[in-house]
Amino acid sequence: MKRTDIAIIGGGPAGLSAAICAAFLGAKVTLIDDGLELGGQLIKQTHKFFGSEKQFAGIRGIEIAKKMIRDIKEYDNVEVIANATVTGYYEDGVLIIIQGVNGDILKKLKAGRIIVATGASENMLSFVNNDLPGVYGAGAVQTLMNLYGVVPGNNVLMVGAGNIGLIVSYQLLQAGIQVWAIVEALPKIGGYLVHAAKIRRLGVPIYTSHSLKEVYGNDCVEKATICELNKEFEFIPGTEKEFKVDTICLAVGLSPLSDLLWQAGCQMKYIAELGGYVTLRDDNMKSSLKNIYIAGDVAGIEEASSAMLEGQIAGLNAATSLGYKCDNFIKLNKSLKEELKELRANPLSEEIKIGIEKALIKEGRD
Amino acid sequence: MRIKEHPILEFYPGKKIKFILDGKEFKGYEGEPVAAAIVAAGIKVLSRSIKYHRPRGFFCAIGKCSSCLMKVNGIPNIRTCITKLEEGMKIETQKGKGDFS
Repeated sequence: MKRTDIAIIGGGPAGLSAAICAAFLGAKVTLIDDGLELGGQLIKQTHKFFGSEKQFAGIRGIEIAKKMIRDIKEYDNVEVIANATVTGYYEDGVLIIIQGVNGDILKKLKAGRIIVATGASENMLSFVNNDLPGVYGAGAVQTLMNLYGVVPGNNVLMVGAGNIGLIVSYQLLQAGIQVWAIVEALPKIGGYLVHAAKIRRLGVPIYTSHSLKEVYGNDCVEKATICELNKEFEFIPGTEKEFKVDTICLAVGLSPLSDLLWQAGCQMKYIAELGGYVTLRDDNMKSSLKNIYIAGDVAGIEEASSAMLEGQIAGLNAATSLGYKCDNFIKLNKSLKEELKELRANPLSEEIKIGIEKALIKEGRD
Repeated sequence: MRIKEHPILEFYPGKKIKFILDGKEFKGYEGEPVAAAIVAAGIKVLSRSIKYHRPRGFFCAIGKCSSCLMKVNGIPNIRTCITKLEEGMKIETQKGKGDFS
């Protein structure tokens, strides 16, 4: 059986950062990713990032991904297993990996430490005919447009005015696709107002306290009805509006992809502020099991900038826990945590901070 | 349909190649996901559900939702959103659970 120091599951921003950090310290790293290309959701982010210079502020996600993928190739001690899914974990640190389009290659890998950076999956919304072709997750729309230059549809209704809904709406407009409206069930816009202002300037109305009620069509979406919501989030009869659209883009939140952590027997907890079930962890990103670390959206739905920092913290701590030397470990670990704290020092991160507090295993309580 | 002009992105698709969908010939780019090539060709229904034969289309793009399962070169239940398009691929709309016939 093949052996590695650190197996990292997921090659998005968190996994790539963790891999670079651990490899830099000399650990033998195996990075397993199920996508067609490394980079996770970063490879379709055409917008420029916020934050500080260290966190790639002002640089587009696609460029950040390219840089990290280039960096990772510099290391001889990193092996990438692409197009592969980790389907099982054994308590002696063995991972079962299924690789290939038809899943016909089976691999086993024994790892000293495992960093789970599997990310998240998009939430679904219940409305009549929500299974019709033409109803897309926002991530899928980004993939089609930004990665492959394919038009998902010509007339779009966006559901959700969080950052993803706002950013993807803007990207649709950039691609020359008509966005007729954004609907948001909450009474206010959830995303950054900078993004919302950009969309409004381009003439796209944002209907808060509204939700999608029904979609019509035979074999694909042809029409949609939205409706105003009262304070109990119930439809108010008579307030329906109709849109002739062929595409519904759902940006109604994400849930951590925590299946492996469940299977591994990590201590799981439902934390609404973090988007669903997450494992308890300490501030070094170590889960309730001593050989498993986490980073990125699987630790709580947030954003790429924080995922990259969590990845570095996980990579640093996993590698040093195996005895790899880092001269200024204490200082570096502390400064990464400080950066993360700064990044979360804004009103939109309040919920995240509450959620993390609930998930945190504090020193001496382990 | 494909995006013709974009203010930020430039697309460098691979070689233009042929594929067969339900007996008809289409063109796509080598290496792009099978499902993306099909959407670009203007086709939205990729499979039919097991019980009520409801149409299923492109949904998640990350191989998680099972909405794009199709028969590719005789093998059913292939996740076409994370399968690269190859020259001459034979693709069929999958009905229900799929079969090897």
